[in-house]
Amino acid sequence: MTGFRSPAGGRIDRSKPVRFTFDGRQMHGHAGDTLASALLANGIHLVGRSFKYHRPRGILSAGAEEPNALVTIDRGGGRETPNLRATQVELHEGLVARSQNRFPGLRFDIGSINNAFSRFLGAGFYYKTFMGPRALGGAKLWARLFEPAIRRAAGLGKAPAGPDPDRYANRFAHCEVLVIGGGEAGLAEALRRSEDPACRVMLCDEQAELGGWMLVEAPERADEMVEALAARPNVTLLPRSQAFGAYAQNFVAIAQQLADPLALPDPDSPRERLWQVRAGEVVLASGAIERPLVFPDNDLPGILLAGAAETYLRRYGVLVGRKIAVLTACDSAYGAAFALQDAGAEIVAIAETRAAPGAGEMAACAIARGIPVLPATTIIGTTGHLRVSGILLGRLRPDGTAEPSGGFPADTVLMSGGWTPSIHLFSQTKGKLRWDEALGAYVPAAPAPGQAIRVSGAAAGEMPAGMCSRALGALPVPGSPDRVKAFVDFQNDVTARDLRLATREGFRSIEHVKRYTTTGMATDQGKTSNLNSLGIVAAETGRSVPEIGLTTFRAPYTPVTFGLFAGQARGDLFDPVRRTPMHDWAERNGAVFEDVGSWKRAHYFLPRRPVDPAASGHAAMHEAVQAECRKVREAVGLFDASTLGKIEFVGPDAAEFLERAYVNPVKGLGIGRCRYAVLLNEAGFIIDDGIIARLAEDRFHVTTTTGGAARVFGMFEDYLQTEWPELKVWQTSVTEHWAVIAVQGPRAREIIADLVEGIDLSDAAFPHMAVREGRIAGMPCRLFRVSFTGEFGYEINIPAGLALPLWEKLAERAAEFGGGPYGTEAMHILRAEKGYIIVGQETDGTMTPDDVGLGKAIGRKKPDFIGKRGLMRPDLVAPGRKQLVGLVAEDRSRVLEEGAQIVPDSLAPAGTHALGHVTSAYASAALGHGFALAVVEDGRSRLGQVLHVPMERETIAVRVVEPVFLDPEGKRLHG
Amino acid sequence: MKFSLFSLLHQGLTGNQGWQPQWRDPAPKPAYDVIIVGAGGHGLATAYYLAKEHGIRNIAVLEKGWLGGGNTGRNTTIIRSNYLWEESEALYEHSVKLWETLSHELNYNVMYSPRGVMMLAHSVHDVQVTKRHIHANRLAGIDNEWLTPEQAQEFCPILNISRDIRYPILGAALQRRGGVARHDAVAWGYARGADRLGVDIIQNCEVTAIRRDASGRVTGVETSRGPIAARKIGVVAAGHTSVVMGMAGIRMPLESFPLQALVSEPVKPVMPCVVMSNTIHAYMSQSDKGELVIGAGTDQYTSYSQTGGLHISQHTLDAICELFPMTRRLRMLRNWGGIVDVTPDRSPILGQTPVPGLFVNCGWGTGGFKATPGSGHVFAATIARDEPHPIAAPFTLERFTTGRLIDEAAAAAVAH
Amino acid sequence: MLLIRCPYCGMDRPEIEFRHAGAAHITRPGPPDRVTDEEWAAFLYLRDNPKGRVAERWRHIHGCGRFFNAVRDTVTDVFVVTYKAGEPRPPESLAPEALTPEARP
Repeated sequence: MTGFRSPAGGRIDRSKPVRFTFDGRQMHGHAGDTLASALLANGIHLVGRSFKYHRPRGILSAGAEEPNALVTIDRGGGRETPNLRATQVELHEGLVARSQNRFPGLRFDIGSINNAFSRFLGAGFYYKTFMGPRALGGAKLWARLFEPAIRRAAGLGKAPAGPDPDRYANRFAHCEVLVIGGGEAGLAEALRRSEDPACRVMLCDEQAELGGWMLVEAPERADEMVEALAARPNVTLLPRSQAFGAYAQNFVAIAQQLADPLALPDPDSPRERLWQVRAGEVVLASGAIERPLVFPDNDLPGILLAGAAETYLRRYGVLVGRKIAVLTACDSAYGAAFALQDAGAEIVAIAETRAAPGAGEMAACAIARGIPVLPATTIIGTTGHLRVSGILLGRLRPDGTAEPSGGFPADTVLMSGGWTPSIHLFSQTKGKLRWDEALGAYVPAAPAPGQAIRVSGAAAGEMPAGMCSRALGALPVPGSPDRVKAFVDFQNDVTARDLRLATREGFRSIEHVKRYTTTGMATDQGKTSNLNSLGIVAAETGRSVPEIGLTTFRAPYTPVTFGLFAGQARGDLFDPVRRTPMHDWAERNGAVFEDVGSWKRAHYFLPRRPVDPAASGHAAMHEAVQAECRKVREAVGLFDASTLGKIEFVGPDAAEFLERAYVNPVKGLGIGRCRYAVLLNEAGFIIDDGIIARLAEDRFHVTTTTGGAARVFGMFEDYLQTEWPELKVWQTSVTEHWAVIAVQGPRAREIIADLVEGIDLSDAAFPHMAVREGRIAGMPCRLFRVSFTGEFGYEINIPAGLALPLWEKLAERAAEFGGGPYGTEAMHILRAEKGYIIVGQETDGTMTPDDVGLGKAIGRKKPDFIGKRGLMRPDLVAPGRKQLVGLVAEDRSRVLEEGAQIVPDSLAPAGTHALGHVTSAYASAALGHGFALAVVEDGRSRLGQVLHVPMERETIAVRVVEPVFLDPEGKRLHG
Repeated sequence: MKFSLFSLLHQGLTGNQGWQPQWRDPAPKPAYDVIIVGAGGHGLATAYYLAKEHGIRNIAVLEKGWLGGGNTGRNTTIIRSNYLWEESEALYEHSVKLWETLSHELNYNVMYSPRGVMMLAHSVHDVQVTKRHIHANRLAGIDNEWLTPEQAQEFCPILNISRDIRYPILGAALQRRGGVARHDAVAWGYARGADRLGVDIIQNCEVTAIRRDASGRVTGVETSRGPIAARKIGVVAAGHTSVVMGMAGIRMPLESFPLQALVSEPVKPVMPCVVMSNTIHAYMSQSDKGELVIGAGTDQYTSYSQTGGLHISQHTLDAICELFPMTRRLRMLRNWGGIVDVTPDRSPILGQTPVPGLFVNCGWGTGGFKATPGSGHVFAATIARDEPHPIAAPFTLERFTTGRLIDEAAAAAVAH
Repeated sequence: MLLIRCPYCGMDRPEIEFRHAGAAHITRPGPPDRVTDEEWAAFLYLRDNPKGRVAERWRHIHGCGRFFNAVRDTVTDVFVVTYKAGEPRPPESLAPEALTPEARP
């Protein structure tokens, strides 16, 4: 025997030694080991420090329920993961593991001073102090002094510093049966159901090897069953796959480990995969978890669950100790004791909390093996510091107390307090539970409506009588139980006396106890502690466990990597990017983009992009934007308006529909004519605007804002399908179909004239607010004579796939005329100079058409339209509403800040009522000064008034003016 | 017993046997002056201030489950007052001021931690909206300041301010007085405080009907523990408000949605403040225990199930991993849901109802925790005086008829 | 993620294909000048918001695009039935439909 490794047996590959390090110390294990089994094989029990008292802690379990053995695994290159359970980490060559929450080291940890003061640090102590004297600032002391200190002390491992180099995959799957758990019950269920070749069966298990407890007890049988399943084409086996969440209608989320268990993972392989499985039926065969016993100092390294010890021996060939004491409340610890004895360990005694060991057979067998069996005995204390060195026994009296009854030296203590069915996923689906008195645990009773979930095997409470135990809660000790530390929740350092204190303080609901003491709220989510907590609270309050209740089980069953949820959704895949056909051209020509909805829009162009990125700041932008504006006003500008929403309405009732939808009259709109239109919600507030163009009696081309396109289309669909289904009209989103090139400026006609076929461009034949279909540069187009700049201009709609060559041609020509492309910023300035609103900038969901000066657009004679009744509500017609106005600072060079507030007086103490705010503000090349749009209470009656804009260090005087700054007569529009 | 370092030391030295129940577990009396329906933070605070400031001691708080078990104990505990409209500013700022002294007021450490709340702007439109908030807040005397991306990262070093991400951070608004508090402690502190003033907090007592006399005025409630009379009833039932108000024949402008939140495993401190991004829906802070506390969005459908879809938390973590790339290897420990009652304008309803004697405090949606002290304070005054507290006055039910909404959501909506 | 049967497609499909569209069977009152402020407010904002069965609207937005109605239990999130727009709300006594495997695509 080397170290604590048995000479033979187990599932490890003894021909393959594996090197690993723990806290820098190099050790060996074997292929097939977990980190925990390899550490134990090297004689190491002490692997961590507890959360609050920094007590030395060892490996308690052999599975997902492990509360103590949390480690950081560092693969290098940013692949560092804190808080992993050593019992679940598969060993591979070169594995680097570190213990956590200790300084300077595991064996000596300064934080363990907390242990000495534990009497002052009971449950909820922090609610009672750290408030600081009121005179010293009260809350400030907490935030500046106490809280930072507590924060530094808390936390487990350290978060990685850098971004994660790994990637994560996602897969959806459907099957008739999903079996969760690859133990005997699960494998049997999968075999039975997959006999029907049409029945797709999936089976997942968190461990690398399927077989569950059979891998300990009957590995050959496990192999046979797995082989039989693997041979069936209708079966999908998912080892290393933890079903962590169960959702409505048989929807289960599974986290599959791919790269981490491997020494040399394929660099192209994802680290983990998220499976989202919709099953016809879910069979939960997740087994049961052994419960610790709650006795004084039950948390010393070397004290572990009996089933775990048996697992380490029979599955991994590891002896957890040489001189072993056993404390049990049921039969299942005997198997572990016998196996360890057979492997050469000395079993010093089996202490039985039962007065008459249930199945006398096991006790007799032990006695025959020469193991002393002590009925009605408990452990009342342990000795040792970093590892248990002995136990103190106590004899249980019938009155529920205990008296000292000697002790034994021991380097290891095995305990078994019975088994708790793992019903977490069943409970997550809101299945009904039933308290099973014999088992001392909750078992599934009935699935929730809509859930086809069945629980099988130990998870359903199907366990031999010998595994059952009613020993919940704390075991008796001589004297006051509040003088000892008997741990219930190992990770969060919650002791039986904490739970008793909480009940004394009136926390009687288990949810209150849980939150006050933090029991069950650690990273193991109370897998080993919940029922003992319930038992203690029940005993303390004199009620039954069902009366105390059960805390809700919440996903995930075990912690799941954030990256697994995010999957591929990073960078551009976080949210799809929409780009116009001109995007690449814009990029080549120095466009700086802004995000508008999902679109990237050219914000402005920096044709000669400075090498120094700092120079591309505000000044460069300002210069570029002013130049773009000048080009439009003086020559011609090209604007990519492709992102505007576009909807085509067709049908005999198309005009009627639009008449009812928009505030404007539409039925009278002539063929070939356009109208600016405003859309409200039923509350009466502006939500969108655009151009309605009538192409034929029964055909309209309607534009929406960029950000509102999808919402407006969906809203129209709602009215079409459900409100006015009698109307014969069909709408089609053509946003992606048509690219839109706005050609704006005094030279606009010149640069397109010779390209256009079939449309008479003369003012008489094609006036402002007209639309024609024809061809441009040989390509079909819808040509709009519209303007959002106040200049003469067009918007050319052209099939998106054909747009770029036309844009390039027009850009060349524009350049020849001294024009060029302009971006959204220049567009905003140009339209603001004309007083045109932008929905979402001048409006904020609280503005009516009249508020923004568009009252005249409303079709007064229309019997109804969306929002008409809303507009009649008292507050929407009340005096004092905010109205759109223009502002010019008294110092005309000033450019106000958008969002700045407006007050009547130059003195505005805190709490002054704001009359309104600046919605748009720019420097204008055309005007030669700054200007702004604003919404101001009774604004239209304040024309000429001087108001004030309070800023951080000054107040700016502004004069209220008409919101149209340029060409109010519209001469430029008409060429 | 007064809580203090001294009492902690004294009890520690004497075996911690002297601690008293923090609240009684009384049986319901036949009649009270005021019944509060719902023992969440808002309901308990209402009872506390009614007893403390208005001399009404004969009060019962009825709770169908356990106190603080609803949204109070399920939220991400963000506290701030940098709202847009003057009505909201007044309400939430009133609350923040109460937070600042609440631990002393209640002799219960609610761990109010003004560590700063940073709200990110990801687009030109976001910047405009954010700056409008800052200007409005400054005028109202509420702290809120603009940070460049670099300043934002200085304040929260794990923030990704790279220009190359899908929605780069263009800046942020920071309210330094904003922060977090310990949610359970708020409920417990108010419960203990109210209990000591004689308020009966009756748990496991579900209201099943509201009784009214011939004039329509309320006379009491039927409960799972029998009838209880009262002249005034304040409904503070969050997600269940529609159900309770339905008992008095009142339909509410409310819908109840599942709202999820989640925490990571505890790690050593990495996150010194609260970060919110309304545009990509990410809200994160770090608890004193070390867990990253993350708020997710609501599901699209109404539900009382307290569970939501996996895809909702998935989308939330997409956003978190974008903003904080170092969190990708951290692991989700717990994911849970609450039921939030949402009004059409995302502002609460607080005040009288058409039924004499019946008052309602609801509609806090996804952000009610921050308002707990202020809401309780002004609601108590409204109940006691039978007229709206000036701060509560704009938040009436009538606003939905007149159209005088207080729409905090609309201003942030994207459209252009 | 809920599984929803579109009554037009006749298939159970995952929730992400659908968009919830609020309470069902709410009639838009009119004509506007005959509607009181209270009636309009009720249409706009007042909702039953029941704990139990709710009649609600969904749109199969990433499928056939149609709006339809559903009765769902808001406590369990189980769909009782889905039906086409314009059809009346089914009787309260209806038992939840069996989500049988045959009904799946």
